[in-house]
Amino acid sequence: MRRLRALFLLPAWAFTLLLFLAPMGIIVVYSLRTKGVYGGVGGPWTIENYVRLFDPLYGVILLRSFVMAGAATVGCLVLAFPLALYISRSGTRKTLLLNLVMLPFWTSFLVRTYAWMFLLRDTGLINSVLLGMGVISEPLPLLYNDGAVVVGLIYGYLPFAVLPLYSNLERLDRALLEAAADLGAKPWEAMLHVVLPLTAPGMRAAGVLVFIPSLGAYLTPDLLGGGKSMMIGNLVQNQFTSARDWPFGSALSLALMAVVMLLLWALLRRDGEEVF
Amino acid sequence: MIGIYAFLHVPLLILCGFSFNSSKFTVWEGFSVVWYEAMWNDGALAEAAWNSLVIAVASTAVATAVGTLGAYGLWKKNAKLLSGSMYLSLVTPEIITGIAMLATFQWAFRYLHLQLGMTTVILAHVTFSMAYVLLVVMARLRTADPALEEAALDLGATEWQAFRLVTLPMLKPGIAAAALLAFTVSFDDYVITALVAGVDSETLPMVLYAMARRGANPVVSAISTVIFVGLGLLIVVSERLQKA
Repeated sequence: MRRLRALFLLPAWAFTLLLFLAPMGIIVVYSLRTKGVYGGVGGPWTIENYVRLFDPLYGVILLRSFVMAGAATVGCLVLAFPLALYISRSGTRKTLLLNLVMLPFWTSFLVRTYAWMFLLRDTGLINSVLLGMGVISEPLPLLYNDGAVVVGLIYGYLPFAVLPLYSNLERLDRALLEAAADLGAKPWEAMLHVVLPLTAPGMRAAGVLVFIPSLGAYLTPDLLGGGKSMMIGNLVQNQFTSARDWPFGSALSLALMAVVMLLLWALLRRDGEEVF
Repeated sequence: MIGIYAFLHVPLLILCGFSFNSSKFTVWEGFSVVWYEAMWNDGALAEAAWNSLVIAVASTAVATAVGTLGAYGLWKKNAKLLSGSMYLSLVTPEIITGIAMLATFQWAFRYLHLQLGMTTVILAHVTFSMAYVLLVVMARLRTADPALEEAALDLGATEWQAFRLVTLPMLKPGIAAAALLAFTVSFDDYVITALVAGVDSETLPMVLYAMARRGANPVVSAISTVIFVGLGLLIVVSERLQKA
């Protein structure tokens, strides 16, 4: 039994070691080197790349990434909570309603992002309609700003927030709400003092699951922000392509990974059993 | 509630609707399939679509096999480093996975006579879709009863027979779902692919990205609609097959 199982693990080990762990190791090594003369990696060992993370020049981009990921997380939670509550109380239509939330998720991420470019650009649908109706005389600058990026992030990751909240609300004991009502609580009071505290684990899971991909987003800020609203992911890509500073790009990547792992670790430590 | 559902679906529906507009601009001027004709007659697009299909099929086949075997291997004998790496690879931002693989390939090329192209793209796709397969098949295995295999072994089956004839048939629906997921994540991927692709391996998402970047182009809406409908059909058909 043991031998066959060990043999079956070999291919998975090979891919993980060669194409996940080794690449991460290479990034760690590169982050401690200096940029070579022709853009490669060479020179002495240094921690300079990590010191540069605190340079205000990059600090603006890092700060913006956190603010935008935070805004997207809040937006997702605000939309996902009523939606999950509604689905969890929909009886036989639960599966259908849940599948409808997941449906856009099966489409290409690129297509979903392009759909927003189509709506928001200067010659896009929203501006065309508003111009046609005479509400505005010049197109509104809807695309290529922070707002467009946040909308794109919310649109992209909303299902990540709905699922954990739904499974949390689904398990909520209805008797507690009845008890609150019997004891004289108004519906909104029951919601605030009973439902919300009991869905805290779902909220935390939803928050982390949206915040992590938002913080590391590349495509959304690239297409909807158009270079004006750069996030960490774009800075990393930039260091590996046009700036050709692989060591600094590596240090940036590892800093981002550290944040991702810290958040996951905190979530798993706090409510690992309740959520997963 | 309707508002939230509209937020989720209306942007895609509008995009699909306007792909049938005869005007190049976002003003409705009548039904037409000119953009679909333009898409059909675009040679570069056809080549990219073909590349995407080859990459998705090849990487799905390998990732499904490797992931299923890996999940079975992890079933009883848990290897924390391996399963931990799998979870980690799922939450690693794509841009980091991409640059790390690019750096690794560039480093390996110093010793090997290879260059970025279809092979590197397929290797990269296998690596990230394998994690999805492993997770889905492991979830299925958690509901499986290990006593069945033990019974088979007691009755004289070899280890291989117990796996092949007892456990594998039980896992079929899970494996099918995992393969479907692997196919869609491979077919969709832009970020990692663009970093590790070479001149001969431009994929559909890469062409789509370049077109979207250049500005308004109704052909992009037409391609989007085809992808949307195509992936939708694939999911419906595979659900039917699983039930049958």
